[in-house]
Amino acid sequence: MASEAVFSHRDPMLQKRDEFEDMLEERRNSSDLRYALRCYTPVLYKGVTPCTAGALKNMVLQSAQIHFVIGQVSNETGRAVDDIQEEASAILEEMAHSLQLSTVRFFAFTLSKVFKTLFRSICVNEEGIQRLQQAIQEHPVVLLPSHRSYMDFLLMSYILYTYDLALPVIAAGMDFMGMKFVGEMLRMSGAFFIRRSFGGDKLYWAVFSEYVKTMLKNGFAPVEFFLEGTRSRTSKSLTPKLGLLNIAMDPFLKGEVFDVHLVPVSISYERILEEALYARELLGVPKPKESTSGLFKARKVLSEDYGSIHVYFGQPVSVRRLSQGKVDRGQFNLTPRHIPKRPSEEIHSFVNDSAYGLVRAQEENMVLKPWVLLASLLLQNHHGDQASGRARGMALDELTEQAVWLRDLSRQYGAFLHWPDHVPPPEVVSSSLSLHRGLLTITEGRVQLASEQAGGPAGPGEPPPVGPEEELLRQAVTVLSCVSYRNQALHVFLRPALLASAVHAASSSGKQEIFNSFSFLRNMFSNEFILCPGATVQDFEEACFLLVKTGALHVSQQEVVVTERGHRTLAFLTSVLDPFLQGYQVVCRFLSEEANEALTEKQFVPTVRKFIIKRLLAGRLRYTEVLSSDLQKNALAALLRLGAVQKIKGAEPGTLKVNKVMVHSLEDALGGNLPTQKPAAVARL
Amino acid sequence: MENVVQRLLKCSTSTFFQLHIVNCTGLGEEGVKAAVATSRLERGKLRRRTRAAVETGVGHREPGPRTRRCPQIAFCPAFCDPDSLPPRVGWIAAGALASIPTPAAHGSAPSIHKHGSSMASNSSSSGGSDRQRIAQQRLRIIAGHLQRPAGDDSALLAAECKDQGSKSDASSEEKTVPRRRQEIMKWNGWGYSDSRFLFNKKGQAEFTGKRYKLSGMIIPGLKEWFEGTFGANLQHKSPATPILNSSAVRPPTLNEAFVEELKSTGVPFSHDAEDRVFRAYGHCVHEIFALREGRIGRVPDLVVWPNCHNDVVKIVELACKHNVCLIPYGGGTSVSSALECPSEETRSIVSLDTSQMNRILWIDEKNLTAHVEAGIVGQDLERLLNESGYCTGHEPDSMEFSSLGGWVATRASGMKKNIYGNIEDLVVHIKMVTPRGVIEKSCQGPRMSTGPDVHHFILGSEGTLGVVTEVTMKIRPMPEYQKYGSVVFPNFEQGVACLREVAKQRCAPASIRLMDNEQFKFGHALKPQVSSIFTSFLDGLKKIYITKFKGFDPNRLCVATLLFEGNREKVLQHEKQVYDIAAKFGGLAAGEDNGQRGYMLTFVIAYLRDLGMDYYVMGESFETSVPWDRVLDICQNVKARIVHECKERGVQFTPLSTCRVTQTYDAGACVYFYFGFNYRGLSDPVHVYEQVEHAAREEILANGGSLSHHHGVGKLRKEWMSETVSNVGIGMLKSVKDYVDPNNIFGNRNLF
Repeated sequence: MASEAVFSHRDPMLQKRDEFEDMLEERRNSSDLRYALRCYTPVLYKGVTPCTAGALKNMVLQSAQIHFVIGQVSNETGRAVDDIQEEASAILEEMAHSLQLSTVRFFAFTLSKVFKTLFRSICVNEEGIQRLQQAIQEHPVVLLPSHRSYMDFLLMSYILYTYDLALPVIAAGMDFMGMKFVGEMLRMSGAFFIRRSFGGDKLYWAVFSEYVKTMLKNGFAPVEFFLEGTRSRTSKSLTPKLGLLNIAMDPFLKGEVFDVHLVPVSISYERILEEALYARELLGVPKPKESTSGLFKARKVLSEDYGSIHVYFGQPVSVRRLSQGKVDRGQFNLTPRHIPKRPSEEIHSFVNDSAYGLVRAQEENMVLKPWVLLASLLLQNHHGDQASGRARGMALDELTEQAVWLRDLSRQYGAFLHWPDHVPPPEVVSSSLSLHRGLLTITEGRVQLASEQAGGPAGPGEPPPVGPEEELLRQAVTVLSCVSYRNQALHVFLRPALLASAVHAASSSGKQEIFNSFSFLRNMFSNEFILCPGATVQDFEEACFLLVKTGALHVSQQEVVVTERGHRTLAFLTSVLDPFLQGYQVVCRFLSEEANEALTEKQFVPTVRKFIIKRLLAGRLRYTEVLSSDLQKNALAALLRLGAVQKIKGAEPGTLKVNKVMVHSLEDALGGNLPTQKPAAVARL
Repeated sequence: MENVVQRLLKCSTSTFFQLHIVNCTGLGEEGVKAAVATSRLERGKLRRRTRAAVETGVGHREPGPRTRRCPQIAFCPAFCDPDSLPPRVGWIAAGALASIPTPAAHGSAPSIHKHGSSMASNSSSSGGSDRQRIAQQRLRIIAGHLQRPAGDDSALLAAECKDQGSKSDASSEEKTVPRRRQEIMKWNGWGYSDSRFLFNKKGQAEFTGKRYKLSGMIIPGLKEWFEGTFGANLQHKSPATPILNSSAVRPPTLNEAFVEELKSTGVPFSHDAEDRVFRAYGHCVHEIFALREGRIGRVPDLVVWPNCHNDVVKIVELACKHNVCLIPYGGGTSVSSALECPSEETRSIVSLDTSQMNRILWIDEKNLTAHVEAGIVGQDLERLLNESGYCTGHEPDSMEFSSLGGWVATRASGMKKNIYGNIEDLVVHIKMVTPRGVIEKSCQGPRMSTGPDVHHFILGSEGTLGVVTEVTMKIRPMPEYQKYGSVVFPNFEQGVACLREVAKQRCAPASIRLMDNEQFKFGHALKPQVSSIFTSFLDGLKKIYITKFKGFDPNRLCVATLLFEGNREKVLQHEKQVYDIAAKFGGLAAGEDNGQRGYMLTFVIAYLRDLGMDYYVMGESFETSVPWDRVLDICQNVKARIVHECKERGVQFTPLSTCRVTQTYDAGACVYFYFGFNYRGLSDPVHVYEQVEHAAREEILANGGSLSHHHGVGKLRKEWMSETVSNVGIGMLKSVKDYVDPNNIFGNRNLF
């Protein structure tokens, strides 16, 4: 069935995708005001009548679960029930949305204006919209958009309003609430706010989960949240957070609804509004607190061209189908369903697998622009230049030739590439470059990354750079911006690249040895990329399939051999992964050389950054992108997961205890001495 | 004709005579009249008695729905001359086949009549002329029964156990359920041969026969409902094979030694193809479907008809001695593939038909118990007890045909369990013959603390351990007053909430059932033609009131049907209490008629399935029990699952997927699902059906429902037994089986 396709591994080339329609086109030709005031009559789930925000709150507060938890908390703390009830009510007050059509109409009007200025087009797959409409009528629906920008959820609501679909209620981080007026506006357009962390607060969890479940069960509105939990600053998908997905699946698993449909939505920006902001954040310039005045300062973005946006509504995924044979729903038969219970191991791993599958579904339908390929090539060239010490850049025709080659390769790997085939390649290249000219310098027909970003937020107001370190950081802003584009294509190349690196590192062409290396790398990077847990063999087979198909490898029962024409592909693929390999090595090196007893998790990023800067300046490391705190944190998470580093309750919370032997051997392994024997990974091949 | 008359005469001359009249079709109306007339002429005395007998058979109780056939009528001197009535215990203990009406029974006639009229066909008025008419009709039937098809002398194999009890019990002709079931019942469908739904030449639905309230009536709405609900078309027929082709039945594999010894016991048996086929199936859709197509699989090799407990002991002993597989057969109403012969069985299979063990052996009025042979079918048991002024109150929907032993073996549940209890509450003592010997308790104490209750090994054993031969059951005086009722709710949710509240307050009437909207519509489609314009006008008014004035959505409203029983004052009080609760949940009282029709539907629905099968529509019902908080969810999810699965499997037209809540308990309810679909265009409809039912059962279990509330496990649901009762539980059951029946003589392979 269609929804199964989301998780299947067949030839990605054959993946059929819908056509896009530009929804801004109509906005450019007719009145925005009339559009904002038009009759809006969305179809609802099984024709339920919409429920007012107040009635919804009452339903939540009177639910059996809240009653139970209030009783429980009262027993544990000795507080009066009334008191706790009030607290619950206050939590709900803080959390709940208050969707108002008037606010939505206001947004519809203003966003039309804004979008028309910022973007050339907003393209939506209308077939996806139709599928969604169908799904909303038949089942409770959860919308799962990718998260790259603040724009995402306004954009989502805007699209649903335009297509006369039920407006979603959106789980938003509490930080938005800081923006006084805007926070309320968002609330009135359907956002509800949740605290970022509420660890042990039973009552909060109960109110929150009951609130979401009540909306979902009754089908009052589609629930929307971001699987990745937060905006990805790197354009790489983040490993999914499971809390809300758990809640969303609960009504189905407990038999309260027949099914829940999950709709992955891929939003791809040709140019991300927050581009430079993210780069600076990753480099350690703290994220400016969300504030209304900050938003106004961002006004000047209005004068820029941000290209187009593609929004792809994926196949609705039926939780019922997904759970078939994986979850025994009978496990809820023996306790009343309103008593909150920690999900069983079975359910946890089901939700986890599903979450990864869904993020992959988002990735697969991300539209890639030619620029993404250009950025990859330019970065690789840039690193080559770094190594040779000459900043020459790339000749345009050479870049074009390589881009065409990469275009064909990525298409074979199943990339959803929007390359205008009717336009001659040189034109495609030059128009892509011009949209991102801020990141480039083009001189005498040669292109290279700009040494400093022109026109970015690092505007003229700031003092000129004073030392090599500042110089490096400035350069890094450009590089990281570029990296964020390259990253958009990473999921396409990831599995083949892991295999290419494994082949590259292996001392022989023995298949088992290569598999072991592949498995090691895959395990190492599973915090960095979206790699479904437990799917090592599947991933290996997929990678083999793709590389064999493109004639780069010859895989037999025993051996994996690189073909003559495969060298170019493999070289490209290994250099895709190389910055990460190097980055992880540096982190390991840091931990084994510099880390002292008192290193805490909090201090980790600043100290490792200093260490990296030193090495970059000394020329012992060529990848500026290793400065990204995202990579550093992921590396630490991997080491923690592997047990090479432990968090202990020292003098300060989060003190890191480093197992230097292990860290050292991991570094070694990453450096090319990949382990060939790994008992855990010896799988059936 | 002469036969009849002579017989009547013969009877009348004997001093202590009983006239047992059993089923028999064929004698025309005129013949009966002639017979009666002749008898009148010949013996004035007899005339008096006959009339009296007719009245006893009919007048004091229009028997239950399916009890129009009144096969056993007892004549005895005591009755002819009330003054010489012997002490009651005496004649009851004598083991009379039929008990004799008591004055009490006469006294309560009018009110009981009410109940009867609910389902049986005759008018509800109990006026004198009416009674006479009924009496005549009854006599007609009785007289008809006197004529047996010629050449059926196999029936005359003596039944000594019967003779021990009453000398008059000369032959098996007097049984309600004849040995040759095919004489009155369909071989490839539900129920009596004379009763069936059909679409007449005008395309109107009618129900044939005379047994039911609906019999002989035109049902104008059914065609439209049928076509609209299933997308069926009267042009597209899928008729059944009309006659059983004996050559399609494999010749029996007989165990000669066993047969030889069996002959010497005098217990009647047969290896006639029809007899064997009749006992090879229950009423699952796949069983009936195969029969309709004339496909016959493994059938028993021999059928035996024990007449009493001792016969069973002998048969079981012989079976053990010769290693023959025994499959007990009661009423044949199984819907769990329990009667199917296991295909892996290589031994000779003997079907042990208990239908001839159908006497009430005694009634103990002091303790209010009756000791009954386990082969008696529900309608006979109730009727015979009613004649003494008692009832068991156990009324499963299949009670026309299902037997007491079958109830015990499957843990049956009756419609009126709220007052009388389910079968496990009703039995006081059970006697079962097993390969190890006879199991029974030594006393009839109402409750015991003597380790696990051994009755519970028997209850629900589904014929895997032995044959239940005799049961002592609780009885109750017949209720003085009965009243139907119904309540319309704006939606199913409100209805369930009301039932829950009723259960909470423990004030459930004898029966309370909630039908969903689809069934409500179905019930409407089954309304017979209204005779007067006034009635249809009233119906119209009611509809307007409910939908327009009260704002009920006709596509959401649902109806609960009620049956109250007891003393008049209390019934009325009770009724008010229930209606008051209903009102709190938006329920509107909707009259007695709707209630009555609801219960009638229960008895005709099985016939309707046969009609569906004539037009490419296949249907089935299945049940579960579930905690209260799950009721709504399970109804919604299972119905949705059925629709979903049908779609997945290429069923073109959305199936009928509907449910009702049929029983309430303190901690939950019993839910019944009905499922039907148009299978035209499907290459293997039974397979599709089975897949959908399988999926529906999985859904039930996933939603906290039980594997079965009262249908049992059989072979159809045994794959889920271990998850239902745990592996240890299965082990416990198996170890009992291993002890009781180490050679698997009772080899139907049900349960596990």
